[in-house]
Amino acid sequence: MIISRQKPFPEILAALQQTPRVFLVGCAKCATVCKSGGEEEVWQMQEALSAAGKEVSGSLIIDEACHMLRAGRDLRGKKEQVEEADALLVLACGAGVQSIAAASAKITVSGTDTLFLGNIRRFGQFEQRCSLCGNCLLTETAGICPVTLCPKGVLNGPCGGMDNGRCEVDAEAECAWFQIYELLKSQSRLERLATITPPKDFARMLKPGKLKIEK
Amino acid sequence: MISLQEKLESGTFVITAEVSPPKGCDCSEFLGKSRALSGLIDAINVTDNQGANMRIAPLAAAAILVREGIEPILQLTCRDRNRLALQSDLLGAAALGITNILALTGDHISCGDHRTGKPVFDLDSVQLLQTITGLSTGQDLAGNALEGVPLFYAGAAAAPQAEPFALTLFKLEKKVAAGARFFQTQAIFEPQRLQAFCAAVRPTGVKVIAGIFLLKSAGMARFVNKNIPGLTIPAELIAELEAATDPLATGVEIARRLATECRSCCDGVHIMAMGREELIPEITKELRQ
Repeated sequence: MIISRQKPFPEILAALQQTPRVFLVGCAKCATVCKSGGEEEVWQMQEALSAAGKEVSGSLIIDEACHMLRAGRDLRGKKEQVEEADALLVLACGAGVQSIAAASAKITVSGTDTLFLGNIRRFGQFEQRCSLCGNCLLTETAGICPVTLCPKGVLNGPCGGMDNGRCEVDAEAECAWFQIYELLKSQSRLERLATITPPKDFARMLKPGKLKIEK
Repeated sequence: MISLQEKLESGTFVITAEVSPPKGCDCSEFLGKSRALSGLIDAINVTDNQGANMRIAPLAAAAILVREGIEPILQLTCRDRNRLALQSDLLGAAALGITNILALTGDHISCGDHRTGKPVFDLDSVQLLQTITGLSTGQDLAGNALEGVPLFYAGAAAAPQAEPFALTLFKLEKKVAAGARFFQTQAIFEPQRLQAFCAAVRPTGVKVIAGIFLLKSAGMARFVNKNIPGLTIPAELIAELEAATDPLATGVEIARRLATECRSCCDGVHIMAMGREELIPEITKELRQ
């Protein structure tokens, strides 16, 4: 799940300063779960913008805003309302915002900050576990990702700031390498910690990423 | 001049100290402190944007020491440089006559004065040590041949009091396997912990230089306990500082005592005098005997 958070309302309003008429776009997937751009948030945004003197020409919740063809098709379905607007305010992740920008010649305004690929701990509580590094080490690290859970992403054991299993950057957090150590110990596989992991191949995460599935 | 490496390898007890290079380009105070120490200690650690606080490049500061005939230990962290920058700094160091390198991962950028910067951590300390070892055989990390083979004496950091020790030991052994020839430890407040540490790493053949930290007051000790990961100052030492009429003199006495107690089990001491470098001779006066 892509975790996003709505930008503060004054910031959104400032971005819409030159555009009195606004069309709203939300997303039924991740942004709905994150409460940054679901039906409820789009409705609240419409109320807030109207109260701030903006004219909202219409709104749309796309099933997956990152789906470029679907985004284009859904926007065409609301053609008149979209045409009336000066800008499209998108409450979806950065991928969703760009589907909209690609599908419409109107000014696109992003109403969210996209934060990370997240696991859902419980309703409304998200945690980053994977950094999308393109070079998965989880088999070697007991299914716990040091690239993500360690703020320094160190690959060969804890840094000098670890003490009592805690992280130097966040004293509330358990050191990723302590977690790996505890799990490997319980599996009687501690010898895994003795192997040196070579420098990471960052060429595997060069931007922009592309994948085309061959048949 | 006998080098730090020659001293350690011949079994001479060494004393090193840390001097922070300036935030700015005026190195006069840095140089003054270093000159004052030069006859008393064997090498000076030049810190690398210590605590993630931006300062002059340690390569430049260390080169200034070499020019003065003072032997530096260049601290090099992975926080601010990717593998290209680390290697080019290492080659630059070799060209400037700097051989001692302390390879560190580095404090996180969120600890320092440029918190919005991008942390690099392209390599970790073990991989940096491997890189240094590779350069010393005439090859860069990509396997390309170098013009001129640099000579380095590489070391690493160790935290003997951090728990669980069994976990940190895995990493320490990797550091030695990757090319670390000496450890400079985090501050030691319980010499028996250093003894256990030395017994654990001794089979690898690595030299151990024990960190000695000058506690200037009970308040500072409490601050360290609260804010510096991996450092625990025992309550007895805090009480001793608390009861002192002259806390700084008592702090010097504690540091002197710890250094003397550590002497029997390690190969040297590394004094962190926290800006009071002029007190280092007082702390180390019994060690040379």
